[in-house]
Amino acid sequence: MNTHVPPGEPREVRFDEYHSSDALRNAAIAARKRNYQDFLIVDVDAHHYESESYGEVFSYIESPVIRRQALESAKRGGRSSMLGGSVGYQDIGGRITRHWLRGKEKVESGKHRDITTTLRWMDAMGVDYTCLFPTPMLFLGTHPQVEIEVAMSRAYNRWLCERILAHEPRIVSMLYLPFNDPDATYQMVKDFGDKKGVVGFMVTAPRYKPVHDNAYMKTYRLLEEMGKPISFHAAYNWSDQSLSLTNRFIAVHALGFMWFNMVHMTNWVVNGLPERFPKLKVMWIESGLTWAYALMQRLDHSYKMRTSDCPSLKRKPSEYMREMFYSSQPMEMPDDPSILEATFKMIKADTQLVWSSDYPHWDFDLPGVIHDLPFLNEQTKRAILGGNAARFFGLDTKPVKNIPIYE
Amino acid sequence: MTEIFVAKAAQLKDGDRRIVRGERGEIGVFQQGGAYYAYSNICLHSGGPACEGLIMPLVVDVIAEDKTYQGQVFDENEMHFVCPWHGWEYDMKTGVCIGDRKQRLRKYEVVQRGDDIFVIA
Ligand code: FES
Repeated sequence: MNTHVPPGEPREVRFDEYHSSDALRNAAIAARKRNYQDFLIVDVDAHHYESESYGEVFSYIESPVIRRQALESAKRGGRSSMLGGSVGYQDIGGRITRHWLRGKEKVESGKHRDITTTLRWMDAMGVDYTCLFPTPMLFLGTHPQVEIEVAMSRAYNRWLCERILAHEPRIVSMLYLPFNDPDATYQMVKDFGDKKGVVGFMVTAPRYKPVHDNAYMKTYRLLEEMGKPISFHAAYNWSDQSLSLTNRFIAVHALGFMWFNMVHMTNWVVNGLPERFPKLKVMWIESGLTWAYALMQRLDHSYKMRTSDCPSLKRKPSEYMREMFYSSQPMEMPDDPSILEATFKMIKADTQLVWSSDYPHWDFDLPGVIHDLPFLNEQTKRAILGGNAARFFGLDTKPVKNIPIYE
Repeated sequence: MTEIFVAKAAQLKDGDRRIVRGERGEIGVFQQGGAYYAYSNICLHSGGPACEGLIMPLVVDVIAEDKTYQGQVFDENEMHFVCPWHGWEYDMKTGVCIGDRKQRLRKYEVVQRGDDIFVIA
């Protein structure tokens, strides 16, 4: 998109160049109109495409054997790839143009490309700090080889800490936990918990290990002691037995992104983990909000009859759930805002909801999804857009962004 | 009402477009199948550049007489322009939003004077 034309001149729409800021020109104009420069906005869930840096990332793999396999596989990709991938046409047949234009973006040398492009879109949206996550690795939890999950996540985390987080204070991350290996999960927290920019740890939700397994208790205790949050980042698995019944991406996406987090949350609560780790901060990412609204009611309803199923609980399930944190995107927008208002009330949004963009993925949200809501006061808007996340991560609350001027 | 110069007619080939600045914000002007269409460049979803994405035909499920599904086809009789931010589709001829037909983009009139194309805003 060419925006370097004097105002008033007709401009062409170009599909042979790309700039992360110009692509969000309308967002930057909206951000200035809404005075986002005056207050903190924290994005708790955004992404980069680590696959574009596989050459660098793989060089951090500790095992020389796996490193060689990975580097060789990266040369050819496709059928010879060691990591595989997931079925899913997220770009809606090319309609989400940034997905295929992104490669044409020019960056200055000296800084890692991902830092430059991330800061460009953050500033355009009005974001001060972003919690950056990988993209293809969201599906690594279903890799058939546990040792590859461990090797790859350790390499990625080292690469991220050394190449990205160490160089840019506005980008932070909750690091990937290789959850299929409980000991390696524990070791990851030990080895990386104190690194610069590491504000917590993240479990990708599509996987088949229950969160209440005794093998994880030492990790939860360590996280609690370190004051580092744990989060569960949703995604889908189209090969899951139930989800494989769906035949369109819209279906597997709508269900899959709720499904795994609903299972993990249910196990987390009915096994009394909030009672065992009362100070451990927990966040649920990218499932929207309606799942929590529904699940609180489902669990409370059954709990009153079946307290003997979950004797560790001292309160209703929803009371524990209301002490956890929820990222907002993809925020459901019912035609009737009173329905959304009820959802906000149910999850105690004023203190527990944290805004997220999920940029640059296909269904990203702007801060406007919160800022423009008719039923929130200014104080609550600012809490959801930044204050709650700053408290969760322990971030400074002074705005540091620089919104570009387009008008 | 202002007439805003868009392009020389010869410059706007089939499938081409220009973005011009109107008083209420940007306007996308398309030439599609020999006709001109102009709409607000502010998407009704989240304010994205609605006129700056792909132009794609309507996708249709083919359902046979016996109600069985027989695949999907493009219907080029109904062209859509697609907002590049999240994929909301708009009917090229009317500006109606395909995903919620109660909504439509603000439409502007396009006129040709001699070789010049103008949009009235
Ligand atoms: S802003 Fe246009 S599709 Fe979302």
